[in-house]
Amino acid sequence: MLRKVPALLLALLLATGLAWAQGEDPPPAESAETGETAETAEEAALVGEVEAEITASTVSSTLGDGMVAPGNIVVADYPNDAGDGLLLYFDPGSEADNENFAGYAIYRRTLGEEELLLVGTIDADEGAEFVDGYDPDFIVEPGVQYEYQVAAMYLNGAEVPSDPVTAQEVASGQIYHAGKTRVLVGCVLFLGLILFYFHAAQRGVEMYLRPIAGIEAIDEAIGRATEMGKPILYVPGLSTISDVATIASITILGRVAKKVAEYGTPLLVPNRDPIVYTIAEETVKQAYMEAGRPDAFDKDSVFFLTQSQFAFVAGVNGIMMREKPATNFYLGMFWAESLILAETGSLSGAIQIAGTDAVTQLPFFITTCDYTLIGEELYAASAYLGREPKQLGSIKGQDACKGIIMAVITLGLLLALTDIIAGTETLDWLKSVVTMPIVD
Amino acid sequence: MKRSIPLAIVMVGGILFMIQYFIPHQYSQTLFDYYTEWAPLVGAFALVLGVGSLSRLHSHKIKRKAKNWQYSYAVLIPLFGVPFFALIMPESLGGGIMQTMGGDRVTQGVFDFTYMNVQVPIQATMFSLLAFYIASAAFRAFRAKSALASVLLIAAIIVMLGQVPIGELIGKWFPKIGLWILRYPNLGAKRAIALGVGFGMLATQLKIIFGVERNWLGGAGE
Repeated sequence: MLRKVPALLLALLLATGLAWAQGEDPPPAESAETGETAETAEEAALVGEVEAEITASTVSSTLGDGMVAPGNIVVADYPNDAGDGLLLYFDPGSEADNENFAGYAIYRRTLGEEELLLVGTIDADEGAEFVDGYDPDFIVEPGVQYEYQVAAMYLNGAEVPSDPVTAQEVASGQIYHAGKTRVLVGCVLFLGLILFYFHAAQRGVEMYLRPIAGIEAIDEAIGRATEMGKPILYVPGLSTISDVATIASITILGRVAKKVAEYGTPLLVPNRDPIVYTIAEETVKQAYMEAGRPDAFDKDSVFFLTQSQFAFVAGVNGIMMREKPATNFYLGMFWAESLILAETGSLSGAIQIAGTDAVTQLPFFITTCDYTLIGEELYAASAYLGREPKQLGSIKGQDACKGIIMAVITLGLLLALTDIIAGTETLDWLKSVVTMPIVD
Repeated sequence: MKRSIPLAIVMVGGILFMIQYFIPHQYSQTLFDYYTEWAPLVGAFALVLGVGSLSRLHSHKIKRKAKNWQYSYAVLIPLFGVPFFALIMPESLGGGIMQTMGGDRVTQGVFDFTYMNVQVPIQATMFSLLAFYIASAAFRAFRAKSALASVLLIAAIIVMLGQVPIGELIGKWFPKIGLWILRYPNLGAKRAIALGVGFGMLATQLKIIFGVERNWLGGAGE
């Protein structure tokens, strides 16, 4: 009997399950539809009632009570733009006090046309100002005369429109962006300083540059590879030629390639960007010519690998593990691949020199490479290696610019302390002078 | 001529676009838009040179029977095979392979199938290596070999514990101090580097515009 208990329990479970499953069956399609239709009809009726109430209690009554439409519409040219914007502002009517007020609808037509087009809306809490021309479907043409109409909108869809008003101004582009004056002053100041030091260096003024360990180690690293008879790997970053870091890297590549040519060390330059590849190839070829060894230039030493980020990393890592370069240079712009490259290089036992202006990648390079050029040091490297007067002048110019910024920061610190002690607001004054809102 | 024309283009273009930033007029914007639309086209044509380089490198390897030359076929065959079949016989890529996508079984082309099932997992594998490398790099960076390295280690421990729930359980001050380190000393240093980078870029661009820096011209630079 006991043996039959599990079978009986199973049968009971099955029967219960079947009964439950039948009970959970969805209702027939017809009844479901009918239910849905009934619900929809009920909702529609309710909405209709509410709408009717709103209409009865607001628009009809308010209009009847002498509802005032928005007025005094003023249309002005939007400042500091390409001539594709108009600024419209108006006085609200009596709608602002109405609890069913939803916002404003802005209508526009070209002077002489019949049809008014809805070009935008303003929410009830967004004030009474509108910039026309932002919507690409309703662009504002420069020099075209428009007519505008502003309508107060209500929750039930009713609108109380103003009379159409001819725009007092037409859109026109400005020759100078008045909001960028402080940027212009800053640019002129900094450009002036850099150019001043260019000329000072040309005149033969002696300029001291503090030594940078990473740059001084470049010769040492090339020498090491020569002694070991192993190649040098140079990765000029993964960015395009429009990136200043890539240009700086190409400059350093020229100097490195010249030394490499003099020592007769093999050089490997994998590239991710085709344009960078062509420039890198020409630069290395030129360096070999300058070194007096054009015949030693191997066309296969500079090559395009792939444009895919991680496929490039896989390719370069493969080169590191197979060719075992004695020295790795990572100079340029890098992203997430920086650590994968540098850590593989470290495992392969190469001496590594990195340099990038990508702040987020610097910690990875500092951790895994022997020397790292931090930020601006990458740009300074070519001047350090070349020691040409104009190049040195540009470094001094940069330093002078930084000196000004440091002076302003120190002044800010002093003013902040003064404000705390004396209760003044001098820091706000400084902020108003040296900062500006972000403009297009 | 080979040198002076590109230098002149860069000088005129550089100064023009420097001034353009301050001119919001429609003509100025049109010029800028035209340039930004046109510039990427050069890149598209340069890709041909890249493919040429890759083909030359690997065909040389095969010809010379260089080390691991067999793998060069793995580069050259897909490099030319995929565009060939895609352009000449696009229907041959629609192999009718069933693939489950978003719960639905759909027919996928051979090209898509290979991309989704070979290339994407391989790339994800490369990216996932980063986690292990971060651990090993952190181990190396946080060895307290000197006073400064010890400061770095302590700061790292505080910041790390401040980011995870257990840190708050150990001490309520962990997240606060961690956040303070990130917001003040760390941000200050980052801004200083960014400032230097900004001026470095400015100086480099000026050197290029005024022809002081010519290495970007490649062989024509000297």
